[in-house]
Amino acid sequence: MTTLPQNTGKKLGLVIDLDTCVGCHACVISCKEWNTSNYGAPLSDMDAYGESPEGTFLNRVHTFEAKLADKPAQIVHFPKSCLHCEDAPCVTVCPTGASYKRVEDGIVLVNEDNCIGCGLCAWACPYGAREMDAAAGVMKKCTLCVDRIYNENIPEKDREPACVRSCPAGARHFGDFADPDSNVSLLSAARDGLELMPELGTRPVNRYLPPRLKDDITDSSSIDILAPLLDPMPETASGFLGWLDKALEKF
Amino acid sequence: MHPAPSVIIFTALSGLGFGLLTWLGFGFPEVSGATAFAMFFVAFALAAGGLLASTFHLGNPQRALKAFSQWRSSWLSREAVLAVASLGVMGLYAIGLIFLNSTWQLLGGIGGALSITTVFSTSMIYAQMKTVPRWRMPLTPVLFLTYALGGGALLAGQVLTASLLLLALSVLQLISWKLGDRRFAQAGSTIETATGLGFLGRVRLLEKPHSGSNYLMREMVHVVGRKHALKLRGIALLTLGIIPAALLLVLPFNHIIAVAAVASHLLGLFAARWLFFAEAEHVVGLYYDQRRVG
Ligand code: SF4
Ligand code: SF4
Ligand code: SF4
Repeated sequence: MTTLPQNTGKKLGLVIDLDTCVGCHACVISCKEWNTSNYGAPLSDMDAYGESPEGTFLNRVHTFEAKLADKPAQIVHFPKSCLHCEDAPCVTVCPTGASYKRVEDGIVLVNEDNCIGCGLCAWACPYGAREMDAAAGVMKKCTLCVDRIYNENIPEKDREPACVRSCPAGARHFGDFADPDSNVSLLSAARDGLELMPELGTRPVNRYLPPRLKDDITDSSSIDILAPLLDPMPETASGFLGWLDKALEKF
Repeated sequence: MHPAPSVIIFTALSGLGFGLLTWLGFGFPEVSGATAFAMFFVAFALAAGGLLASTFHLGNPQRALKAFSQWRSSWLSREAVLAVASLGVMGLYAIGLIFLNSTWQLLGGIGGALSITTVFSTSMIYAQMKTVPRWRMPLTPVLFLTYALGGGALLAGQVLTASLLLLALSVLQLISWKLGDRRFAQAGSTIETATGLGFLGRVRLLEKPHSGSNYLMREMVHVVGRKHALKLRGIALLTLGIIPAALLLVLPFNHIIAVAAVASHLLGLFAARWLFFAEAEHVVGLYYDQRRVG
């Protein structure tokens, strides 16, 4: 059914920390690795060794530059995957019922056996979170690693999304936003988690933690944190150092 | 949006076909026998041919039947259901007219209503897209309906009605372009709202996620030159309504004139439909910092 559930038991999703993300693309690669060999059709590559290689990805890292007038520019690495929206427009447009939002945990999934590959859901998603696989002709999207998080065949510490597990900077966090005391709810509350394109009313579950403002190097005194440590030594040292100093001067 | 030929051909031709079926269903003109056969043949060829073209852009067309299941929520599914219902009802109506020399008016009326509702649901597929502000306005369905009724009347040989509708269509099309040009800015999505980074100042893309292209960029980030678009708008405006109406109203009516009017309208229809897609900006382009300039 492509009507949306009124309410989902859990609201599973990600918190992505734009302050810590170093833009290494490890999440991109681990996402591709896990999802090409598990849920649904593989994530194909086209012209992989040719002149213009491209492929299907469920998670991509953009890099933006933000700049206030007469302030230094700030670089922000920006990973983007499905935000598992509460009012997901991608679900309601689907003519076949292939796209759906799970009642139990709010994950937005595609049942590939029903997908005709019309691409309408990708049009409806504001965030570019859905990509049609060129080889399989079905719509691919982030599954929130549904085949890891409940998977009892893998060690417990691996039962989180591949992108979260692999991030070397700890910039991705997974949890239940319906629970106000979950790690993700607390993080998002503490750091004013951002909603992307709120004006479109999709009510995304995922939140982005805003980066801190960069120090302003135009005022050099504020950044010279080593200066106090580099103060000149007192002229006459005392104690052991004083003795050493004097002893050395003799030679 | 990428102006895919299959989608342009589909929406243009099936719109015309269902427009013609609408007029035929309501008895304009009243036809029977061989004339009825010819008219219905054209209408079915356009409507069904358009539908067939639309399956060419599917990744898995063999499952197309499943698209009839979600009419409760999906406009695309509604369109599929209504299209088949229209063709079925109008098929029966046509059999009566062609072979039994009997006019089942009620059936024709129902078929006509279904046909025009099909066009409406096609238009709602676009008008519902919050992600494409240019499409998301009440004028979009009005425009699609006028295209279908105007073009349909032209094919149905309703000289005066067609001329008036096509002139109205030209005005509506011009207004849609003008209003459409402002829609993206009005909708308020910017690279700052897309990234949430507005508090850090002006945002621009420093590095794309990949050096190559991808499905999203090919499908949704289409940048069309302003000059090119203006030229096409001019051509479309002249050929889709003004020239056909002038031909029909000014010159003495004959079949050559009619064919010329239809050919001109088709040219305008395709140009305008190409622009409908090519000029439509999807908000995902913001993540790629590829807004049309100017
Ligand atoms: S991010 Fe896009 S694909 Fe994911 S739920 Fe929202 S609208 Fe759908
Ligand atoms: S591409 Fe597949 S999942 Fe998306 S709307 Fe079409 S049928 Fe549904
Ligand atoms: S949750 Fe899984 S599927 Fe989604 S972006 Fe992360 S690794 Fe990819």
